[in-house]
Amino acid sequence: MSIVVDGSTRVLVQGFTGRIGSFHAEEMIEYGTEIVGGVTPGRGGSTHLDRPVFDTVKDAVEATGAQASIVFVPPPFAADALMEAADAGLRTAVCVTDGIPAQDMMTVKRYMRRYKAERRMHLIGPNCAGVISPGKALLGIMPGHIYLQGEVGIIGRSGTLGYEAASQLKAAGIGVSTSVGIGGDPINGSSFKDHMAAFEQDPDTKVVVMIGEIGGPQEAEAAAFAKEHMYKPVIGYIAGLTAPKGRTMGHAGAIVSTVGESAAEKVEILKECGVIIVERPSEFGEVVGRVLNRAA
Amino acid sequence: MDIHEYQAKSLLAEFGVPIPMGGLAYSPEQATYRATEIGGGAWVVKAQVHTGGRGKAGGIRMCSSEREVWEAADDLLGSRIVTDQTGDRGRGVFRLYIEQTVDIDREIYLGFVLDRSTERIMLVASAAGGMEIEEIIDKSPESLIRVVIEPAVGLQAFQAREVAFALGIDSGVVAEASNLLVACYRAFRELDATMVEINPLVITDAGRMLALDAKMTFDDNALFKHQKVSELRDKSQEDPREMRANDRGLSYVGLDGDIGCIINGAGLAMATMDMIKHSGGKPANFLDIGGGASPERVAKAFNLVRSDESVRAILVNIFAGINRCDWVAEGVVKAMHELDLQMPVVVRLSGTNVDEGRRILAESDVPVITADTLAEAAEKVVDAVNKEDAA
Repeated sequence: MSIVVDGSTRVLVQGFTGRIGSFHAEEMIEYGTEIVGGVTPGRGGSTHLDRPVFDTVKDAVEATGAQASIVFVPPPFAADALMEAADAGLRTAVCVTDGIPAQDMMTVKRYMRRYKAERRMHLIGPNCAGVISPGKALLGIMPGHIYLQGEVGIIGRSGTLGYEAASQLKAAGIGVSTSVGIGGDPINGSSFKDHMAAFEQDPDTKVVVMIGEIGGPQEAEAAAFAKEHMYKPVIGYIAGLTAPKGRTMGHAGAIVSTVGESAAEKVEILKECGVIIVERPSEFGEVVGRVLNRAA
Repeated sequence: MDIHEYQAKSLLAEFGVPIPMGGLAYSPEQATYRATEIGGGAWVVKAQVHTGGRGKAGGIRMCSSEREVWEAADDLLGSRIVTDQTGDRGRGVFRLYIEQTVDIDREIYLGFVLDRSTERIMLVASAAGGMEIEEIIDKSPESLIRVVIEPAVGLQAFQAREVAFALGIDSGVVAEASNLLVACYRAFRELDATMVEINPLVITDAGRMLALDAKMTFDDNALFKHQKVSELRDKSQEDPREMRANDRGLSYVGLDGDIGCIINGAGLAMATMDMIKHSGGKPANFLDIGGGASPERVAKAFNLVRSDESVRAILVNIFAGINRCDWVAEGVVKAMHELDLQMPVVVRLSGTNVDEGRRILAESDVPVITADTLAEAAEKVVDAVNKEDAA
């Protein structure tokens, strides 16, 4: 097993025929993801990458039985695309788009609550690298070859820092069950805590690694959740020790604006909750290896 | 994006927030003219700078004659306001706002923020106005009133009334206060703000409410929707290097160390800076060159990083997913040929086309120091700086 996606998940691409959507759709198909079609309003009825294109997500779901989508729609239209996906009954959407207005995301999250929990969509991102269950499916933009299949669940904000961690694990011969990018925006679809709970239930995952950064309350919330509800070991790293207060460090959400949001404070909170800390970003492989050996 | 006080007041006034009479001035002559226009016998001359705490830093002057207005304006224009938010360079004063003085009965703190815990807009108010919000949280946290606003329907009149009553506002002014709160909320929502702050919001001796100071910050990602707001950008208030970088699609933040950083991805950039610190060095900047970095873009990044005179070595750390290591390597070679860099450059490449990238560097004639891992890269760049120190 794995979380979010596996080899049988039927996936749509929203923003299918654009340059970026096409490029990553090809990569995902090559990795073995079951891409069943795409949506580009106005291009319905045509074929792209040997797959059907639809005008609306509803049409696409009806025709293909898709359960998930990955969204490459540009920022001004992305919130609308996400609400369309939620309304069409998709269970999962991964939004890669960077630059969506924060209040648009506030609206999207409010909109998603219209649906009963059992048919409500799980949103991952925006501004994220997506999800990979190595050897099974890729619903994202990460380079598949840096991941070994294995027992470590990864949840992270940053794409490239996630790659760094995965490649350190691979170098140490350690594999990944699923890696989820929750994205660097201030308001995101799902948080560290949401995926931690899923990893706790996943029989293939033995250890969870959370890769956080400065800004926002989600790392601390996840740590509190881990303390109360996680039997599996949780390992954490927080990026941004050298970040000054009040400055946005690349990600729209990476800004220390209130008490408890700096890297040093978050590391303390994680420690208090029993999370095993990776002190240096060069030590993911070493620390995870140690914890896995102890768990075995 | 930040805007000036006078701009925030004018935007809020359009939504119905009452503000004191005032006018903008670019010269001492204009300042005295504004004072005459406003009338009365006392004025406030306020430096328009993008920072809080300008009062303590001497940026707000009380004047009781037109002569004093002239002198205050002459003194402030062209000066720099240094506060704990600006760094040592401070912010230049090029615009003044001249305002009528008002007789204050009470001062209230009012703010609206995008609250990340609830993922909603939150109203924050306190009867202990006039202090900075940090000071209020520190000194009288019990005075804070917080109301989370449901985005589908917005701030309701009853919620605004509850806040007004909780602040102890006289029942005669409650309706006015409640309208003001709703107006601020509408401005926040309709203009995609991330922060609206009125501190102090005053009740005058005559029993009127006025926004005496106002601050607004906007979501950079939403500026495409609001041309009028984006035109309020004042580049004189930005760090010139950061401005140049951001205008070229690079994300740059200047710091006070001496190791220049060129990295792809915000998280990896922060982690690399952390690693430099762990190895005993100090990063000079945050720089994310983003995905799909062409050789030209990498060369631009070099140019930007070395324009900081305190930079004594450069660390390039690229983990290529969408990026390609061979392009980055070409960019490094190109930049080093063009820029005649007289400092050590450490390059660590990983990910897509890494072998090709390493080959380009090895076969070139540029003296780069290569590293295979994050730890090795940080150690080598710190060593390089230390060697310079010893030499």
